[in-house]
Amino acid sequence: MSAMWAASPSELLMRAATKAAGRQRSVVRRRFTLIIGLVMLAIAIAAAVLAPLLVSQSPTAIDVLHPLSPPLTSGHLLGTDQYGRDLLARILYAGRIDLAIAFGATSVTLVGGTMIGLVAGYVGGKVDSFLMRLVDLFFAFPFLVLIIAIIAMLGPSTFNLFIAIWITSWVSYARIMRAQTVVAKKQQYVLAARALGYSPVRVMFRHILPNTASTVIIFSMVDAVGNIILAASLGFLGLGVQPPTPEWGSMISDGQNYILTSWWLATLPGLAVVFVGVAFSLIGDGLADVLRAGDR
Amino acid sequence: MNRFGMLPRRLLHTVIVLFGITLVTFFLLRLIPGDPALAILGSSYTHTRAVAIDNFLGLNKPIWTQYGQYMDRLFHGNLGFSFFYDESATVVIRQHIAPTVFLVIYSAVLAAIISMPIGFISGLRRGGAVDQSSRVFFTLSFAMPAFWLGIILILIFSVKLPVFPISGFGSGFVGHLYYLFLPALTISLGFSTVLVRSLRAATIATLQAEFIDTARMKGIRWRRVLWRHVFRNSVLAVVAVYGVNLAYLIGGTVLVENVFSLPGLGSLLVSSVSDRDYPVVQGVTLLFAVLIVLINLFTDLAQAALDPRVGQEIGT
Amino acid sequence: MSALGTPLLTVRDLHTYLATVQGVVRAVDGVSFTVHEAEVLGIVGESGCGKTVTCRTIMGLMPARSVHTEGEVIYHPRGEGSLLGASEDVMRTVRGAHLAMIFQDPMTALNPVLNIGDQLIEAVRAHDRCSAAEARTRAISLLDRVGIPAASRRMRDYPFQFSGGMLQRALIAIALASSPRLLLADEPTTSLDVIIQDQILCLLLELQRDTGMSMILVSHDLAVISEMCDKIIVMYAGQVVEEGTAADVISAPRHPYTHALLEALPQAEQRGQLRNISGSPPSLINVPDGCRFAPRCRFTTPECLNWETTLVAAGERDHAARCWRHQEIAEGQEAWQRSDSASA
Repeated sequence: MSAMWAASPSELLMRAATKAAGRQRSVVRRRFTLIIGLVMLAIAIAAAVLAPLLVSQSPTAIDVLHPLSPPLTSGHLLGTDQYGRDLLARILYAGRIDLAIAFGATSVTLVGGTMIGLVAGYVGGKVDSFLMRLVDLFFAFPFLVLIIAIIAMLGPSTFNLFIAIWITSWVSYARIMRAQTVVAKKQQYVLAARALGYSPVRVMFRHILPNTASTVIIFSMVDAVGNIILAASLGFLGLGVQPPTPEWGSMISDGQNYILTSWWLATLPGLAVVFVGVAFSLIGDGLADVLRAGDR
Repeated sequence: MNRFGMLPRRLLHTVIVLFGITLVTFFLLRLIPGDPALAILGSSYTHTRAVAIDNFLGLNKPIWTQYGQYMDRLFHGNLGFSFFYDESATVVIRQHIAPTVFLVIYSAVLAAIISMPIGFISGLRRGGAVDQSSRVFFTLSFAMPAFWLGIILILIFSVKLPVFPISGFGSGFVGHLYYLFLPALTISLGFSTVLVRSLRAATIATLQAEFIDTARMKGIRWRRVLWRHVFRNSVLAVVAVYGVNLAYLIGGTVLVENVFSLPGLGSLLVSSVSDRDYPVVQGVTLLFAVLIVLINLFTDLAQAALDPRVGQEIGT
Repeated sequence: MSALGTPLLTVRDLHTYLATVQGVVRAVDGVSFTVHEAEVLGIVGESGCGKTVTCRTIMGLMPARSVHTEGEVIYHPRGEGSLLGASEDVMRTVRGAHLAMIFQDPMTALNPVLNIGDQLIEAVRAHDRCSAAEARTRAISLLDRVGIPAASRRMRDYPFQFSGGMLQRALIAIALASSPRLLLADEPTTSLDVIIQDQILCLLLELQRDTGMSMILVSHDLAVISEMCDKIIVMYAGQVVEEGTAADVISAPRHPYTHALLEALPQAEQRGQLRNISGSPPSLINVPDGCRFAPRCRFTTPECLNWETTLVAAGERDHAARCWRHQEIAEGQEAWQRSDSASA
């Protein structure tokens, strides 16, 4: 039997099967999702940041002569709202605030929650017990309700929105990180590091953290989507970013009043939210695929 | 073998969590910057009332006494007094419970109906039509804010094609089913994303287990293997996820009630915020949390009923 | 140990190829053997040599999508048609009632959420429409037969409440529920401790003698195989490299691999270093030309790499080996043994 096999029917079948198996797992395909997600996010960020260059209208300029114009009216690509304000401009400028919330809120809770989980998992004992009871306690509340309650007490404003998210969101990260740390503690590389006499801080940050970070980072993408939707939801309820700052959620809420006649007011800002949300989701999925390249 | 051997410990845990919840809701009021009495009374501020509130809340007493007073009132079913409605908060809240509970149960059932078949089939036929299309669909719907999805559904099914009513709770059981279909659908679509993904992953993992080979080796029908061995095991993963996420989506009812103008706890919560009706905000938050604790307990019991390994008393 | 009886299962030129990302894995590459009635056939070889895949292919338990099979699997009581590629409906009638299999790890081989009784009754009723009560009685007696004490009480227990050895007994009971003619045992004792291993093997032998069923016993442990089997097949890199009666293969191996396996067995009288086989098996994706064992073989010559290997008759009684130097090996064996022990 030589290495060059004859192209028998079974052989052709096998080649096709291999290609099919390969297609599902090829490196390109894995990165594909990640790349698309990053491109989408880049587009969103660019559009928001470069808004003044992209639209000449101001998001707050009122034009009583042209209220509720539908999309593709001259000068207003996406139409205008009830005050004649250009919808495209408002969507782009609103993007700034919503994206800021996504990044600002997520990054703080990512870092804070991860630290707490890492320490709790590593130190163990009473500290761990206490912190995890605290986490459980937070999980007993429906997320949105607790945030609304906190905002109720502090008063609705963009800053209080950040505070409310920071107070409540760290728990997910803490829980995930703690579970990872507890498992990592027993791994060979940690035992080795400790045997070498490294300080706990060093073991935690230079050994455990790099090896377990991938899970929380992937989760942070999911959380980012959640935070954007949260910001929009609170805006929708009038409890988040306050007017006159344009924000996707509050735009949708305003638009709902005109749903019978001017569908674009409520629909289009929502598409912006979906766009950014899908971008983060794809990045998360893509990262998951890439980082777990070895497994099935 | 006692399947529910862990029940006593679990109940104890539940009670502890409930106490913890009351602590959090108690401290909520303390978050108010400035004078709570002023905040609570708002425009109905008079000095006498302010003093009454100060005494009521025990603001001049040590914090533990305040908490004690709070708990004492709770045990008597007194959630505070709503100055906005000029009624006991308990009464106000009670009037709004029904639509929310109905909506939550309706959404949970609808989510199960939607996600179980899709998740199972996606796992069985990986890469197949159902799998691919559902994956795209759910990635999109996951990124949609629930309230926006609700509005889109209204646009399509209430405005353009008048099939369902735009808002309201309706009357009678069937009326409720009809009026709440779109809201429940909105919530369950968001919920289903996670369920489908879980069930799919669990099904794929179970299919590779060795006991499936043993089952096939016996020479029994594949349909029986699927149901009794594959599904029975995959569904376990979903029950756990179900509980956690149902809690998360109770938050979603807040938004959906707003979109569809349902007179439930969610709408009450939001309106109370702008009405500065703090006792009601506090009471609704507490109620929601209690609801979630009960749901989690229920899911744990369901898990123990389905999986004999879970219910064992594990000595820690 | 019986003499040659009527053939029960014939495997002819079996090939099983798996499509993976790295390429086509030729897990089983031209395997043939026959199992006769009331015979115990042993398949021995390292991990990855194809013995498990062979068994699963026979049972039709390989995943359909990424697997391609060729050759014939003929179960004689059912005629001369090949079972390979038969429809699932056909295979279903064969599995359990004619061919049965037990797997390596008893802890994962049972459904964790159903009790043992239900799983056993399911096996009993798979090919027999008896009443529930009757099935239950049969199940209890089966558990009894395989040596599980307090059988009727243990019917209600779940797999996690059993030890490894007890679970394997339960699995044997399940496999025998529909009285199969051939039992395939894939490393049934590998994950159990030594004392339990012995018990299980004795049980299997006892059952085999009582029921007259045939058995294919797969193991990487030559000691186990030599105790239990009438005939032995040695597999390496997807091929059969030696076959013959147990006595012949153990006492007078004709293939260098078998030779090396026997040498690697720790002997009570021997002192000094354990002999192992250096190197590792070849990739099954890019299968090398010529003899696949050549890189690790003590007796290899450059011609071995060019020889298109076949099983060559060696010695008597259907003893065969895939080595063109088998005669020299047999003759020089004593001489080499003498010189090896001198230099060891």
